[in-house]
Amino acid sequence: MLELLQRIFRRDSYKTSKDVAHERLRLVLMHDRLDLSPKVMEELRADLMNVIKEYMVIDEKTMEINLEKDQQCVALVANIPVIRMKRLPNS
Amino acid sequence: MGEVFVITSGKGGVGKTTTTANIGTSLAMLGYRVVLVDADIGLRNLDVVMGLENRIVYDLVDVAHGRCRLRQALIRDRRFETLYLLPAAQTKDKNAISPEQMKALCEEIKKECDYLLVDCPAGIEQGFRNAVAGADRAIVVTTPEVAAVRDADRIIGLLEASEIRNPLLILNRIRPKMVRTGDMLDVDDVIEHLAIELLGIVPDDESIIVSTNRGEPAVLNSHSKAGEAYRNISRRIAGEEVPFMNLENGGGFMDRVRRLLGLRTS
Repeated sequence: MLELLQRIFRRDSYKTSKDVAHERLRLVLMHDRLDLSPKVMEELRADLMNVIKEYMVIDEKTMEINLEKDQQCVALVANIPVIRMKRLPNS
Repeated sequence: MGEVFVITSGKGGVGKTTTTANIGTSLAMLGYRVVLVDADIGLRNLDVVMGLENRIVYDLVDVAHGRCRLRQALIRDRRFETLYLLPAAQTKDKNAISPEQMKALCEEIKKECDYLLVDCPAGIEQGFRNAVAGADRAIVVTTPEVAAVRDADRIIGLLEASEIRNPLLILNRIRPKMVRTGDMLDVDDVIEHLAIELLGIVPDDESIIVSTNRGEPAVLNSHSKAGEAYRNISRRIAGEEVPFMNLENGGGFMDRVRRLLGLRTS
């Protein structure tokens, strides 16, 4: 009954089933497309490393990068031990 | 030299075979030479939807293995003399045909027709690889549901990997009333997710069931909304610019009340 009333006098906060489907689809497609091959992950790792090395000396052997997924979001998590900062000209 | 289109979807039951039959028939109505190939080996269906099931002598696998000539296996449609069907085999052997054989077959057929439409089986395995082997272009069929759109996305990725670029989308079984009440994904939502070019929108229509019962594609029925949508799609394939169908028809009572009360814009 409450749902019926909410539907009739639709509030901004009320989510239609289409809104729910849209959001579920966004997440499910993100997860599906994130299924990256080891080769792509290795390329990403190498690219990241090259950028970071401009600024600091890092421990390449122990660095880890992972895509972490949960129900609500996806994050690219990197754990990169810094051995030494470089002396940057503009700092 | 004709063009080969594969009609695919990933998920089963979204309307690939109906789409193949209707587009093929209406292209023939426009005067083009059309060959329909049922690539769903083991689960032959297109013949029934076309109403040609009683006339099968040879099939796709017979042709591929040289047991008959192509001309002997092609079934000419009762209604249009430029429309032909190459039926699938009912064998259980999934590997009855290889992608190379399928490609050679498409090359041979397209020399003598304007459009070759391949009805692809559901799934992403051998049958899919066979069906896309000889295709120049792809038409992806989906319905406005999370599972169907998700599978369409997978298929689009696989088509790209098979070097079939720029697939076209048909959104099937739209219910305008449910879209209006916010209970169905609309065209814009699906396009936003899949990011491919829209070829057509087909409304959910009971006349499709009636036409399948009779074995007469809905494009032959001038009162069928879905038939009209498929006729428009065929004209677009043939290069004509046809505006997308307006599926709105005024709105229901509660929509008018909501609009009156200013509770909903649109």
